[in-house]
Amino acid sequence: MVNGPAARSHEVRIRANRSWFRIDWRALVEFRDLLVLLVRRNFVVRYKQTVLGPAWFILGPVLTTLVFTVVFGRIAGIPTDGLPPVLFYLCGLVGWNYFAGTMQESASTFVANASLFGKVYFPRLIVPLTAAVSNLFAVALQVGTLAAFWLYFRLATPAGADLRVGPELIVIPLLLLHAAALALGVGLWIASCTAKYRDLAHVTPLLIQLWMYGTPVIYPLSAAREHYFWLVALNPMTPIVEAFRYALLGHGIVEPAYYGLSVAVSAVALLSGIMVFQKTERTFIDTV
Amino acid sequence: MKPIVEVQGLSKLYRLGVIGSTTLRDAVERMWARVRGRPVAVSRLAALASLEGRRGPRPNTFWAIRDVSFSLERGTILGLIGSNGAGKSTVLKILSQITDPTEGEATIRGRIASLLEVGTGFHPELTGRENIFLNGAMLGMRRLEIRDRLEEIIAFSEVGEFIDTPVKRYSSGMYVRLAFAVAAHLEPEVLVVDEVLAVGDAAFQKKCLGKIGDVARAGRTILFVSHNMTAVQSLCDRVLWLRQGRVVDDGPAARVVPRYLASAQPSVAERLWDDAAGAPGNEKVRLRRARVGAEDGSAPEAITTRTPLRLEFEYWNLQPGAHLNLSLHVYNERGILVFNALPVNEAVWQGRPLPVGLFRDVCRIPGDLLNDGGYRIELLVVQDEGTVICRYDDILAFHVHDSVEMRGAWYGDWDGVVRPTLEWTTEYLGAGDEAGAARPSGTSAIR
Repeated sequence: MVNGPAARSHEVRIRANRSWFRIDWRALVEFRDLLVLLVRRNFVVRYKQTVLGPAWFILGPVLTTLVFTVVFGRIAGIPTDGLPPVLFYLCGLVGWNYFAGTMQESASTFVANASLFGKVYFPRLIVPLTAAVSNLFAVALQVGTLAAFWLYFRLATPAGADLRVGPELIVIPLLLLHAAALALGVGLWIASCTAKYRDLAHVTPLLIQLWMYGTPVIYPLSAAREHYFWLVALNPMTPIVEAFRYALLGHGIVEPAYYGLSVAVSAVALLSGIMVFQKTERTFIDTV
Repeated sequence: MKPIVEVQGLSKLYRLGVIGSTTLRDAVERMWARVRGRPVAVSRLAALASLEGRRGPRPNTFWAIRDVSFSLERGTILGLIGSNGAGKSTVLKILSQITDPTEGEATIRGRIASLLEVGTGFHPELTGRENIFLNGAMLGMRRLEIRDRLEEIIAFSEVGEFIDTPVKRYSSGMYVRLAFAVAAHLEPEVLVVDEVLAVGDAAFQKKCLGKIGDVARAGRTILFVSHNMTAVQSLCDRVLWLRQGRVVDDGPAARVVPRYLASAQPSVAERLWDDAAGAPGNEKVRLRRARVGAEDGSAPEAITTRTPLRLEFEYWNLQPGAHLNLSLHVYNERGILVFNALPVNEAVWQGRPLPVGLFRDVCRIPGDLLNDGGYRIELLVVQDEGTVICRYDDILAFHVHDSVEMRGAWYGDWDGVVRPTLEWTTEYLGAGDEAGAARPSGTSAIR
């Protein structure tokens, strides 16, 4: 039974036109178990009926890396900062995929869960947060794969002789947090806008694709020094991918000013995204 | 102590028509119109809400609920009734925090859980056990609470060994049972329930209603929406009746439910034509009066399946020496002819020629015969046992309410056109071999 003073203080107030700035943190804390269970569900469901199961977390980026190596490395001849192309692309993809996946899943929060949201209340923010946490599993497996490739190049090829691991590795979790904040911020904005204007659902994949080309995933930031440097450098995702590469492989340009700007942009995107999202969730179901 | 639920002036405005298909184009067009100083074609809901008071409602909006207020004391079971579109679901959705009101506010002083459907968020690939946790968490239970009640939930669901099978392999019955089992073991202070009783077979419905009764007896507050008036009458202390978004009545079930049912099918308890010239009929016969009521004279609202009824018809016979008889067709609300009544055992005038003048026929329908529901009566005047000389389609209409006393623990619909109380005996024929020995030997008893 729920009784006693703790339960008594529990009061739900439902009002018209609630403030933009009141973020319901308490409800998020109350439903933390749901977050854990949804993460588990995502993991179980995604690979339950596949033969290879979680191996797909690894196979996807590895196959993409191979394609990139052939197309961008061999055919187009884009430099890779002196790193083995496989390591270069794989490392870029780990960070980028985490960002893109989280953003895309957050962006479809309302559209994908319309019928569920019409039947039960829980803080809707749980859904995009679940995406951000679920995708960490993929990151972990992919970093493991990267480590395997790294070992191979380090031990078996002359080009890998200068590969070093340093204390920079510890910033990886912070970078992921940063990427999550930016992905959620942008994703929550798109989710709120698509709730009203369905057209935008078609724009999201295009946006993600274009954004990737504006981010040093298939080319190093150093290669963009001559053309469009400002565009690439101002992109808040650029310092994250470059820092990721620097931390894992020791190559990359991390300029504090641009990094600081990226942090600021991410923080603003996240906070404003949460506000818009919370405003939208209150009447979203009326427009379904 | 403050009421556990307090609702004040709750209103919700919806836009009609193209809800949801707002496109960027519409928005751009609207912006363009605003820039050019033209009147804005469709404004935002909030703006509309404030306009409504001054300029009257916009044509393409409607108030799903308007100014709904009520408060609930701890432990009350409130039934929310009304026809489709009356706004019941909107009230539930607002209280469940699925959507915000356009105006007004609600305060809930305690943990609330809503059950707008069973099995919300069930995933077909997950096992029964996994779904219990997921569904429970969605309904607001903590993982530890679910773990504590897991055994009970599994037992209640009766899915037994299939608990570790993905629910996509479940029969629809098992699925619903599991889903309800989770819901039934929620222990919020306020429970909001919508039509969950519409699912499952009769036995399961009974179990669900029984569980709701248990929850209520445990002192929790329940808001219950149902079209099943029997369930509402049996379970609810108080009933709130909504029509077109507004509260029509709020009070004890015994008062509100009969009023609601009576409004759903207008009753015509009596018709009277004083003036023979204007009365329905023709040169052969004219009607004067028709009346239906309880034999003991109690009010029409009090007519239940147990009440003996008295029907009266007065008519003028205008043909000297005519052989007439009345014939009553009693239809239920589904349009089924329940029976046809004729004065076959009337002792005085049956078969005799009638002089010109006013006659009164009285016919009695015994108690414990009609099932609950609405009835209408068609009156025929028949000459020479073959020719209908006058017909009046819906001369009377009345409502038979359910009698809760005879039901025991069953709250579902009582099937059948009639509901007679039959004489019934059960005998104990002894146990085991003794009983066998008592039976007539051999097979000769069955031919």
